[in-house]
Order: sequence, then C-alpha cells, then structure tokens
Amino acid sequence: MIIGNITQGNEVKAKIHVTLKPGVLDPQGKAVQHALGSLGFSGVENVRQGKFIELELSETDENKARADLEEMCKQLLANTVIENYSIEIA
Amino acid sequence: MKACVIVFPGSNCDRDLQIALRDAMGSEPDMVWHGDSTFGDVDLIAVPGGFSYGDYLRAGAMAAKSPVMREITRRAEKGVPVLGVCNGFQILTESGLLPGALMRNADLKYVCKDVHLKVEATDTPFTQGYENESVLRIPIAHHDGNYFANDDVLNELEDSNRIAFRYTDVRGERSPQANPNGSRHDIAGIVNKARNVLGMMPHPERLADPSLGGSDGKAMFTGLVEALS
Repeated sequence: MIIGNITQGNEVKAKIHVTLKPGVLDPQGKAVQHALGSLGFSGVENVRQGKFIELELSETDENKARADLEEMCKQLLANTVIENYSIEIA
Repeated sequence: MKACVIVFPGSNCDRDLQIALRDAMGSEPDMVWHGDSTFGDVDLIAVPGGFSYGDYLRAGAMAAKSPVMREITRRAEKGVPVLGVCNGFQILTESGLLPGALMRNADLKYVCKDVHLKVEATDTPFTQGYENESVLRIPIAHHDGNYFANDDVLNELEDSNRIAFRYTDVRGERSPQANPNGSRHDIAGIVNKARNVLGMMPHPERLADPSLGGSDGKAMFTGLVEALS
C-alpha cells in the first residue's frame, strides 16, 4: 500500500544553474583553479563556481511552471546584480 | 527620538546596537522580531550584523524576504532613516534598498580587525556627527564584505557623493593594503539616493564607548539623535 505522495507523474521538475556574471570576479573559482594546479592538473585555464538547485513543483503545466521559476530566480534564487541563472525543465 | 533594532534568527550584533542607541538616546530602543509584519512608529530602524538565517543561499538573501523587511522597505520609501551594519548592509542590498552586492572577501578569509575609514559624506543623518574627511578606527568582522557594483552604479555613487565611508590607512590614504576585502572603489559604506538609508560593513556600535577600547563609532549614534530628535 502506498500512503501519501500520490502523484500523476506529470509534475514539473526543474534544474536551475546560478552562475556569476561575466566580469564579476570569482575568488573561490580562482582558489579552486589554483588547488587543481597544485594537484598536478596543469591544463585548467579558468574555473567559475556557481550553484545548482533542483526543484520539484506540484504544477503540471510546463509554461506556467517556467513563468513561476523565472520569478523565483529573480526574487530569491539568484542575485541578478552579480548572477545569471538558467532554467532547465526535466 | 524612538528607534528600533530588528532581530533575525542568527543576528548577533542586535544587543550591541541596542546599547549604543540606548546610550545615545537615553531611552530604550524597541527590539522587533523578524516575523513581525508591522511595528510601532519609530524615527530610526537599525538592521544589525550577524548571520541571519545562517547566511543560507547568500548572506542576507533570506532576511531580505522576511515579513519585517517588507515593512522596512515601505517605511524607507516614506523617508524613515534605516541603518544597516554588516549583515544589515548585506540585507539592504539584497532587498534592493541599496545598490550593488556584498561578495565573498577577495582573499576568501573571514576578517576580524580594526580598520580605518574616511568619512566622505556628512550630509546624512548617520554621518552628520562627523567632520568631513575625518579618519575613524572602526572594527570589521565579516566574510562577505567585498562590495561590488557595475561601473555605471559606481559612477553614480561617486558623482552623487553617496559613498559615506571608504577604507583608508590611518592617514586617510587609499591603497590596496588598506582595503581589507577587495571592495570596489574601497567602499565601506553607501547611502541611497534619498540619503535616508545607509549600509556599512564596519561596526560603529562596537567602538562607541571608551571602555570598549575606542569611541570613534559614538558620533554616528549621537549624530543620529541630534538629527532625528
């Protein structure tokens, strides 16, 4: 018997990448690049670090979900002063 | 004069601000919990330092969306002075009351030490207690104090004399060595266009009494009382 979490399987799942805008310095990325170099990976020419966020929505309409996700990114998930975001719906 | 100090889960400088304000005002500021969507009429709203909501997502990001911040934004737009210190500055940028963003310190280290600041704008209620171009010794304690804004915003801040405090050495000279966190244009504190919202990374409330080892921060609070009483 399955209790709770009964779904129809069409709910939108989204993957959001938040990355620093080009031109914004990324000291953490630089530190990671340096650490990779000291491990012997000499060919790493640039590292930019970001965030990956997975969301499961109750919404089944992909267009509505995308509009909501845009707002979520603008209002909270990304700081658009320094960050870009991209939304991928699975 | 009436003031309030906002308390978020994770605030840790709220009591320090309370004491600095109490000493300057001679009366007790209200302590307002972050979940309160409204609070009594006040002449000054102080947003303290700390690690509100554990710095989840980004420093200040969650606090900026709390019920109390909606009310603070509404009052700031009506002209009520709002002071944000350290995490308070981060919250004010995240909420859009101040431009720019506070990023991870350029050397990636948490920095806790006294620094020197030059006062560059005294035509605000927060800084009117200081002589223009005076150099203050004020402590900093932060991991994310690296002020970033794009060139257009920086030019606007410079042109409208909205950079209230800049990191300098003890003589008031700017240099990369005197900048503790990589902030663009050595910015330590800025005001909004209407000059009623100030955000700063250094902690004036931590050196506002000689028994704490210095009192360079005191004139901010006595100046506010003078301006707002």
